[in-house]
Amino acid sequence: MMSPSVIFIAILLLMSAAYYAGRKRALAVAGSRAGLARMHSRPTYYGLLTAMWCGIPALLVFSSWSVFESGIITHLVVAGLPDAIRDLPADRLNLVVNDIRNLVSGNIVSADIDQTMRSAADHYLELQAISHASLAVVILAMTMAAIAILMRIIAPGLRARNQVESIIKWILIACSTIAIFTTIGILLSVLFEAIRFFEKISITEFLFGLKWSPQMAIRADQVGSSGAFGAVPVFAGTLMISAIAMVVAVPVGLLSAIYLSEYADRRFRAVAKPLMEILAGIPTVVYGFFAALTVAPLIRETGIGLGLDVSSESALAAGLVMGIMIIPFVSSLSDDVINAVPQAMRDGAYGLGATKSETVKQVVLPAALPGIVGGVLLAVSRAIGETMIVVMAAGLAANLTANPLKTVTTVTVQIVTLLVGDQEFDSPKTLAAFALGLILFIATLILNVIALHVVRKYREQYE
Amino acid sequence: MNNATANGLPPGRRAIDIVNAGLSKRYRRERRFRLYGISAILASLLFLSFLFGSIISKGYTAFQQTFIRLDIFFDPAILSQESLTTANYPGVVKQSLRQMFPEVTTRQDKRMLYGMVSNDAAFQVRKLVLDSPEMIGQTLPIWVAADDDIDMLMKGHFDLDVPESERRINDVQLAWVDRLQQENRVEKRFNRTFFTAGDSREPEQAGILGAVMGSFYTLLVTLLLSFPIGIASAVYLEEFAPKNRWTDLIEVNINNLAAVPSIVFGLLGLAVFLNFFGLPRSAPLVGGLVLTLMTLPTIIIASRASLQSVPPSIREAALGIGASKMQMVTHHVLPLALPGILTGTIIGMARALGESAPLLMIGMVAFIVDIPGGLTDSATVLPVQIFLWADSPERAFVERTSAATIVLLAFLIVMNATAVILRKKFERRW
Repeated sequence: MMSPSVIFIAILLLMSAAYYAGRKRALAVAGSRAGLARMHSRPTYYGLLTAMWCGIPALLVFSSWSVFESGIITHLVVAGLPDAIRDLPADRLNLVVNDIRNLVSGNIVSADIDQTMRSAADHYLELQAISHASLAVVILAMTMAAIAILMRIIAPGLRARNQVESIIKWILIACSTIAIFTTIGILLSVLFEAIRFFEKISITEFLFGLKWSPQMAIRADQVGSSGAFGAVPVFAGTLMISAIAMVVAVPVGLLSAIYLSEYADRRFRAVAKPLMEILAGIPTVVYGFFAALTVAPLIRETGIGLGLDVSSESALAAGLVMGIMIIPFVSSLSDDVINAVPQAMRDGAYGLGATKSETVKQVVLPAALPGIVGGVLLAVSRAIGETMIVVMAAGLAANLTANPLKTVTTVTVQIVTLLVGDQEFDSPKTLAAFALGLILFIATLILNVIALHVVRKYREQYE
Repeated sequence: MNNATANGLPPGRRAIDIVNAGLSKRYRRERRFRLYGISAILASLLFLSFLFGSIISKGYTAFQQTFIRLDIFFDPAILSQESLTTANYPGVVKQSLRQMFPEVTTRQDKRMLYGMVSNDAAFQVRKLVLDSPEMIGQTLPIWVAADDDIDMLMKGHFDLDVPESERRINDVQLAWVDRLQQENRVEKRFNRTFFTAGDSREPEQAGILGAVMGSFYTLLVTLLLSFPIGIASAVYLEEFAPKNRWTDLIEVNINNLAAVPSIVFGLLGLAVFLNFFGLPRSAPLVGGLVLTLMTLPTIIIASRASLQSVPPSIREAALGIGASKMQMVTHHVLPLALPGILTGTIIGMARALGESAPLLMIGMVAFIVDIPGGLTDSATVLPVQIFLWADSPERAFVERTSAATIVLLAFLIVMNATAVILRKKFERRW
């Protein structure tokens, strides 16, 4: 059985074999200690060079083969299906292909498997076996050829170290470009689906419509599933919850940063700072559970005690807990910024007779303001993109309301509800999630770029 | 003092008087401001202890489980030698329950009686019989797990003052439980199932091992990919990259990715890894890939900071004795920067361990009973398991959710403590 993982391990083994072969060859070419000194590089580098020439092309072939294999095999299997099945509409055909794949991997649930499916699955397995075998042959041939060539060209004049180093450098460059590819990947994946969504629903309706109810009617006479995609209530809910979070996080975070950097002695700081950072390390799902189980009922009972009508999934509970989560974020960013204000400015204020709080309020804070604003913007972007707390503690109903005691929904909640579970990939319902994702990505991107720019400018000012 | 008038002050009043008059007010303001600061810190610490207190107080009981001792008669009539694997084991358990409560006759009451022990009891009996078939024909006392409602009752989570019709346990069952207790047949023991089982619809059979293994495989992929790639990018950007537009672009990108909402990475995983490359849904492999992209910026930023802190003199000395640039990095700079890089990696891994939003997008929320055994098996992870259980209506799942949270937090605390110790131990001031 030539499964891909066996082939992968074989490549690694061949690489190490190649390393030893190359090293041994270099030692043999050198002959003696004196000969070793005449070699351009140390024997290790000849070994490494052999291993790289043997392994890197093989790994590249292996990975591209794995990427395209299933697509090509599926294509061939579909081409071999009876005409009656091939003429099905695209989505039905997809289901058939899925069934065949399930049959191949052996996790079929339904008991009745008809003959065409069985033979298609056998065809699939057969093609897969051929593909794996030919991959093994190709890779073996490539590695052997590479080793054979290297054995011949290893000579005292071969600049093995320089070649190895330049290959490593290219690998480093390739790794560092992954960040760019990730960004492009994110942009393309949300953009394509979002464009498909906007072909069905106009952008203006999406951005300015006041009604959000993404359930599409299956039958024409169905009640309550109009399929309205006006996202304003969703945006409003996101903004409200983020605003509540900011109302909690900014004052508390800022004041604690001020206290820690201006007033606290070293010992207090050494204890309090790590403790506050624990808050930042708690997983958001834990906050969500806490919000849904403890905070929301607490708020509801208090509200009912005061004679208010509080929804059990109120925006207040989600926003409050999200605010707690963001406190350490605001406080550590502001702490950095406040510490960057030169001591000379404080000394100047003290010299004029200002008290400590007057110095903070009239000298330090104005000087640190751009940095603090940058930090707050980053915190806002964090709040907008936060998912688990709102999924667990905020609701699904898209109410357009300004009352924080009512249920609202957010962009991230909608993305999760629309995409979790079974989904067809063409319905506006699923595509709407990507449109929301695009808006979320753009909004946070703009906030981040502004914030990072402001913070960087501010740092330069005092350096 | 003619100067006073020249300064615009009313005659007879000196500047110091004005200052003195306002002084007590200013001092009060000073004290008030200080108080705001300290109360802000105390408020956040109070939240922290409230959160921990609420989770621990709700969750610690899940580490115990109520067991009931049944006198099981291994009836040869039911357990015939030929069909031991498929025999009617639930029947054996039911029979012994009927023998203990002979007065129960009606169908409805019987069903209530059978509901007092977990379904797992039958599997337990089956395992015993298969291990030692010589038991058949004997009557042996066996401790079986109680149903979750009985468990909740024993742990005092049910308010017995509410009217019977609104309780999950009625008065008949209460009487049975009392009788069992008088006969010393009820006991609370350490809940092993919680650590050795996968997910289940029945709270008393549900465990976190499946989710823990899922988290393990996911993090394995994340670590194997993000650690080398992260170091490679950091080394390139810090040691080799020329200062030009291209590297600026990479830097801006990395900083931005660090602040992109995690759910967006989930959308990327769904569109690219699942729909474009056709990788399996719910697999730790895909989860690991998504989390790799998410943690890479963290690791790169931490590694760069660590590389920056290695003083230039080390580099100059290495280059001075004839090392190539690559040798300088691999032989000298990287080993010195490694503790800092490891710290950053551990912190990145801790964040990946707690992450759930992107994994919801790639289908790691399925209800999975089996414990995953590889990178492409369907799996879920610990935080997602918490999310799933938090949605379950049974009271017993509240306790288990909190207990799973305690386990998750324990893992995170261990990881972060390791990072702190590593930093303390290897931190070097040049």
